[in-house]
Amino acid sequence: MGNQEHFRVWRGDDEGGDFADYDVEVNEGEVVLDIIHRIQATQAPDLAVRWNCKAGKCGSCSAEINGRPRLLCMTRMSTLPPGEPIVVTPMRTFPVIRDLVTDVSFNYDKAREVRAFVPPEGVEPGDYRMQQVDVERSQEFRKCIECFLCQDTCHVLRDHEENKPAFAGPRFLMRVAELDMHPLDAAEEQGVNRKEAAQDEHGLGFCNITKCCTEVCPEHIKITDNALIPLKERVVDLKFDPMIRRKKRASRS
Amino acid sequence: MTEIERLSYDVIVIGAGGAGLRAAIEAREQGKKTAIISKSLFGKAHTVMAEGGCAASMGNVNDKDNWMVHFGDTMRGGKFLNNWRMAELHAKEAPDRVWELETYGALFDRTPDGKISQRNFGGHTYPRLAHVGDRTGLELIRTLQQKIVSLQQEDLAETGDLDARIKVFAECTVTDLTKDGDRISGALAYWRESGRHLVFEAPAVILATGGIGKSFKVTSNSWEYTGDGHALALRAGASLINMEFIQFHPTGMVWPPSVKGILVTESVRGDGGVLTNSEGKRFMFDYIPDVFKGQYATTEEEADRWYTDADNNKRPPELLPRDEVARAINSEVKAGRGTPHGGVYLDVSSRLKPEVIIKKLPSMHHQFKELADVDITKEPMEVGPTCHYVMGGVEVDPDTGAASVAGLFAAGECSGGMHGSNRLGGNSLSDLLVFGRRSGAGAAAYIDSLGDQRPSISDDDVQIAARRSVAAFGDGGQEGSENPYTLHQELQQTMNDLVGIIRKQEEIQEALDRLEGLKARGEQVVVEGHRQFNPGWHLALDLRNMLLVSECVAKAAILRTESRGGHTRDDYPTMDAEWRHVLLVCTLADDGTVDVERKEQIPVREDLLDLFESDELGKYFTSAELSGRN
Amino acid sequence: MTVATLRTSTSSPEAGDGRAAIAARTLRTDRWWIPPLTTAVGLIAWITYATVRVFMQKDYFVGDYNYLTPFYSPCISNGCVPESSHFGSFLPDVWWLPYAALTLPFLLLFRMTCYYYRKAYYRAFWFSPPACAVAEPHATYSGETRFPLIGQNLHRYFFYAAVLISLINTYDAIKAFETGDGEFGIGLGNLVLLGNVVALWAYTASCHSCRSIIGGRLNHFSKHPVRYKLWGWVTRLNGKHMQLAWLTLGTLALTDFYIMAVSAGWFSDPRIIN
Repeated sequence: MGNQEHFRVWRGDDEGGDFADYDVEVNEGEVVLDIIHRIQATQAPDLAVRWNCKAGKCGSCSAEINGRPRLLCMTRMSTLPPGEPIVVTPMRTFPVIRDLVTDVSFNYDKAREVRAFVPPEGVEPGDYRMQQVDVERSQEFRKCIECFLCQDTCHVLRDHEENKPAFAGPRFLMRVAELDMHPLDAAEEQGVNRKEAAQDEHGLGFCNITKCCTEVCPEHIKITDNALIPLKERVVDLKFDPMIRRKKRASRS
Repeated sequence: MTEIERLSYDVIVIGAGGAGLRAAIEAREQGKKTAIISKSLFGKAHTVMAEGGCAASMGNVNDKDNWMVHFGDTMRGGKFLNNWRMAELHAKEAPDRVWELETYGALFDRTPDGKISQRNFGGHTYPRLAHVGDRTGLELIRTLQQKIVSLQQEDLAETGDLDARIKVFAECTVTDLTKDGDRISGALAYWRESGRHLVFEAPAVILATGGIGKSFKVTSNSWEYTGDGHALALRAGASLINMEFIQFHPTGMVWPPSVKGILVTESVRGDGGVLTNSEGKRFMFDYIPDVFKGQYATTEEEADRWYTDADNNKRPPELLPRDEVARAINSEVKAGRGTPHGGVYLDVSSRLKPEVIIKKLPSMHHQFKELADVDITKEPMEVGPTCHYVMGGVEVDPDTGAASVAGLFAAGECSGGMHGSNRLGGNSLSDLLVFGRRSGAGAAAYIDSLGDQRPSISDDDVQIAARRSVAAFGDGGQEGSENPYTLHQELQQTMNDLVGIIRKQEEIQEALDRLEGLKARGEQVVVEGHRQFNPGWHLALDLRNMLLVSECVAKAAILRTESRGGHTRDDYPTMDAEWRHVLLVCTLADDGTVDVERKEQIPVREDLLDLFESDELGKYFTSAELSGRN
Repeated sequence: MTVATLRTSTSSPEAGDGRAAIAARTLRTDRWWIPPLTTAVGLIAWITYATVRVFMQKDYFVGDYNYLTPFYSPCISNGCVPESSHFGSFLPDVWWLPYAALTLPFLLLFRMTCYYYRKAYYRAFWFSPPACAVAEPHATYSGETRFPLIGQNLHRYFFYAAVLISLINTYDAIKAFETGDGEFGIGLGNLVLLGNVVALWAYTASCHSCRSIIGGRLNHFSKHPVRYKLWGWVTRLNGKHMQLAWLTLGTLALTDFYIMAVSAGWFSDPRIIN
């Protein structure tokens, strides 16, 4: 049937750990998560890994394979260099709980800092009218499966733990962009300026658009070009371009 | 024993999928302090796997649609075994529930006049499914998740605490419900991360744990689908109905082996995809059952015309209800006309332009490209049936979601009745919303009725339940040392082979015998390591639930001597009207035996029956039931 | 019994603080250092060439065919050949002041604040980060939150300037169809100049600021069909922003080199008409 491959899986917890070596069978068409499960079922029943759908739709099985942030269920064995050991580690940016499982609560905390959608006043449910062209941009961002790989790879967080309080990370800046582009969001009417919040509360300025978030996104969302840079430009409209700012006041688009 | 943390809530919702979140939102909006307990991270629920859409007769695309048509389709799809009151409420309330999502920030695909776009789906007369490409479930879960954040932000503004009135307990598993006399008093749970126990004191518990698919080998369901809600309800003294009805989705991936079972959305067919066998024949035309004769196209030409002119043509048979299509595929493969990997072909590449496929079916394109190295814009997919959904579940009151035990409620897939013997695609997302909300309201009303008479949890119950949940670490009771992974694989193989898509008496009996053995061995499970995020232990606990629920399925399946919807008996291949009005009710006795008993359905209300032609009713109902009607 | 406590986090309170103890700076096994190295080499080579050229103050104009290199356009120094000064000359002719000193800084700033070049040099020169999932060497990081890098937000002003300069380059390219004798003529140099101008416009129009100004700022595309259409075009160009950024570096250097070569008499411009 299959051939043998050598796996090096990081095992441990927040007090320390090391790589454990496993020689394991690999069959045609398998993904890394299959192999991790095989190790679990045959060699290490308590090897901790987080996973749900195994179809790239839930974003639970985020980890790092040969140093690159990936979904374990969407990384086919055939795409990895044959004959070389395969190194699997937990996401580096978040505290490790055990083995490949990390504590991603940082992301849920950040999610709660983004002011929710504000429904327009006086529009009854059922009366919402939006054109397809007006919702398409935000729809792209809503493809996000919250695997947090972009948060993991972003060097602002990955290399600088101290930036965590001030920086929401690509996922949640994209959420701000999504709401700011929502054709019916009424935040401004409630005195909430999402652009200002992006810059002042969520740390948009930390982003130096080096695009690693876009590179790792398993949903192929163009996070940098379609969310972060447009959001930066909208901040410029508001804060750095008095000409446009004045015009905008005069006639709201 | 160490002290166990106690938390007090009005309502606890077990499960953070569509039904659970909608229930929690309702309970919180009615002023109840609510906890959501989820085995997974927040927002990862199986609801994200729903692709096609959410059925609601808004009539945005075809204004002939209304709740009565939707109700009719649902009853037809379920072969009239449905709880008609649930089907009625569902059809009437689904549009409001969908529109409500827009006020939470959902962004559905739009019609040219800016309304929510709706797509065709199997068994639905009109384009009815609100959708976002083919990731509607994700939109739904994210929208509800974000609505909860929105409520938490309101609470923060008011009380200074985000979690004051609604809190999510992620990666937390409920192992047992507790009772005070006859009433629910709360639940015992443990953090998956640390293995530490905690107790929720709550007079109302809403089960929204989804399905049972992980008891089957080939399934589209994730590991979470271990029938926890079903099992918790049984152990708390509630009853399950319709457990013999399990939907095998006709189109799951069949290759490569590691992804076998993963869903291929029905929208592929709704948008024009066709099923062919190895001889290149569109075989579905040969499988239109008598009850649907006259409603489906009989020639390829008419079927193809339907995609552009639905009013004047009949729909293609590829869009028959799921049970019919799944059986047809099964028959083709058995007859030797399958693909090399044991499925049939599902082709859109010859039917739609590549850019249309990518626009309409982006996640399918992505899924096949990444997992099977197949470009669906260029070549056909290989598909076959996969265990997808359980129609059966906790027997509930349609209006409030209340189970037979006071304080226990259920909604979504883990409740039973709504879909009868077979669920239509698109009806599950709407089911979650309609009955999620109703159970949340039902729980709130129940609490209001209690006044000061709130139940309490005894320490003894907690300690017993806590000890039971860690027994697998070796409490001295085990003689052998069974591996939970091995047992799970054997269970899956048993259910798949013997209580699968086609069943017969001897096989089900064999399954029951094997289940007895597995149950005994289940007592001997021993897990390695410690309690901190230990997947072996988690599986051992889930296994207890899967074994119990599987027994219900098999026991009900052996009793129902007919074929209907998600229950096909090789030895009783036809539908029997005498079985239509009978429900099989599953309960758990104190000594641990599973009982299944017959129960009469409440007769369908007259004005609802009037919505159907008497010819059609004659196909499903006994003449005695219809006597007295003109 | 412990009293119920409410915590603000959505996950278990036992969550530890520490990350997995992995010492390696990166576990990537591919040659991740190639892209930043290539970028660095390419940019350094170009900057070296451009610096040498703008301070040469010769071989920038071919009088016979009105070819003016973009590095000297508009030529506004008193040192410029009079025929090359289409917009007058007023800057003092000193060695340290390039002849196009009025526009070059803006072109430089336009590219320095460009969203693509930022990525390129943050990665290649500042190693912030050198590649994805490779640790950067800096102890602290404040990104573009404060001076001087907050100035990157001025990109759109430099975009406006770049549009004006592209107009001047276009004028130069058109002007070059008139020979020194005032006749219409076409040579290889014209095609080079024209190609450069087309590439420059494509790069300028594909700018992220342009994309925002044209339509990205709007929340209701449906109410602005023309701007939506334009936004669609710019969006498509924008997808090629990186390629255009490198292409224009190439066409600029090539155009300049071509004109230098003809001007210095290394070879003569092949003529098609006159």
